Amino acid sequence: MLQVKALTKTFGGFKAVKDVDLNVKKGEIVAVIGPNGAGKTTLFNLITGILKPDSGQVFFRDQDITGLPPYVICKKGMTRSFQIVNVFQRLSVFENVQISVMSREGKTWNLFTPSKKLLIEDTDRILDSVGLLGKRENISGALSHGDRKVLEIAMALGGNPEFLILDEPTAGMAPEETERCIELIKQLSDKMGLTILFCEHDMELVFSISERIMVMVRGSTIIQGSCEEVRCNEAVQDAYLGGSDVCLM
Amino acid sequence: MVQSILGGKGRVWGYGGIIVLILLPLFLPRFYIYLTSLILLYGLFATSLNFALGYGGIYQFHHAVFYGVGAYGAALVITKTGLSPWLGFIVGPLASALLSFVMGLICIRLSKLYFGMLQISLGSLVWAVIYRWYGLTGGDDGIHGIPMPDIIATPNSAYYFTLIVTAASLFVIHRMIKSPFGSALQGVRDNAVRSEMIGVNVKRHQLAALVIAGFFAGVSGALFVVVDTTVFPDMLFWTFSMEVMIMCLLGGWFTFMGPMLGAALIVLLRTFISTFTVYWALFLGLILMFVIFFLPDGVLGFFQKKMKQKN
Repeated sequence: MLQVKALTKTFGGFKAVKDVDLNVKKGEIVAVIGPNGAGKTTLFNLITGILKPDSGQVFFRDQDITGLPPYVICKKGMTRSFQIVNVFQRLSVFENVQISVMSREGKTWNLFTPSKKLLIEDTDRILDSVGLLGKRENISGALSHGDRKVLEIAMALGGNPEFLILDEPTAGMAPEETERCIELIKQLSDKMGLTILFCEHDMELVFSISERIMVMVRGSTIIQGSCEEVRCNEAVQDAYLGGSDVCLM
Repeated sequence: MVQSILGGKGRVWGYGGIIVLILLPLFLPRFYIYLTSLILLYGLFATSLNFALGYGGIYQFHHAVFYGVGAYGAALVITKTGLSPWLGFIVGPLASALLSFVMGLICIRLSKLYFGMLQISLGSLVWAVIYRWYGLTGGDDGIHGIPMPDIIATPNSAYYFTLIVTAASLFVIHRMIKSPFGSALQGVRDNAVRSEMIGVNVKRHQLAALVIAGFFAGVSGALFVVVDTTVFPDMLFWTFSMEVMIMCLLGGWFTFMGPMLGAALIVLLRTFISTFTVYWALFLGLILMFVIFFLPDGVLGFFQKKMKQKN
């Protein structure tokens, strides 16, 4: 479903992402892991159009989407959540997701119908599926960190995507929030059939839900393979554990 | 609608306010009717700025240009062509909207402060043209004694005309803020990157917001022509843009009626203080500092917060 070919991005003289290849098939859950500064978020920014790559190509459902702006890529069925919480601070939880749903329905150019009558059921259904329905009237800027992270995912779901990119979905969450989030990601994959690409530092999470893993170090792909392959790969051990013989996890 | 504009007890306040405004000419002397007309049209002007600034998060630093162009547009149609003055009131705002579109196209590629700086430069260019083009605009003298249609030629009828147009405009602006477009615009204000990622074309929405804001600034400019029957270059000098921005901040730029309240406070203070001293700008500066330190949400924002805490 997603094919990344030899993607490269340079900031000044620094190669943040170099020659990265990545394949994600429909229905898969794929994790990108790597030490801090490996270029994971930059890679996601390149795929989703927030940054333009210097070279390389991104194909989504066999269409070349390299360098398209984010709002076009979103309409093609790919959305994402952000590592640093990126919600509409002054608006309520409900409005946050509603804007996303309205955008999908192409209603954001409607100037005269009151918003509060529009797409309420769709929005509530999404809030319900992520467990935020009880907080629909809360101002999102005042939510707990964990709830805001979940709201991030809910906003991404508002676009009714087939392909979801999650940038460190559980970063900064309390243990029980993390568990809830893992459940949520599994549900998105099992029940809604979403294809998911995510990056994460929590190895327990990575190995428990992903089907394949791609490891990045200093901007390059070291390996992309099944959990087993990655777990005992030498280069991966080198990057993470400084060359000891112990397998990850 | 009044309730949603003003919140909780808004309905009583809103209807009460409208009735008072309608009855005002019965007991207020002529000068105060003129002053109230000014408050209404400045309030509309500030509200139009707030549509871009408070709801769109766009740093519209030189909004007075669109106000001035609306006024000059109306004045020139009335004085230089034989066409109906009513046509002038339509041409003025449309000219503002068009200018807003053109300037927006140029400025929108920049963000935040850079947008504001470029806008001040381009706006000052428009000011300079109007200031120097004696043949057309009367230069620094402006145009005086612009003839009005009989039906709005007296202070009271001009006041009612201003009241009706302002109320109708506020209604439309409020409707837009509460529409899906308004929601998306507020999303863009809070987080542009996020908005792009849920499929909103940020620049295009911002440009549309600028055109709408410019149009209503033009409407308020045309209303000034009705009330004052003059136009002069100071109407689009950049210091006036700062003044209207202070109206928004003082009243509360995250509230709908805040700018109107701010306009009322500024007009009243200016009139009052000007009877004692010529250094009005000094007091304006003090007001601005007061707002920044003590009322970051503006007067109306402050009271809304108090009300919420009580409940």
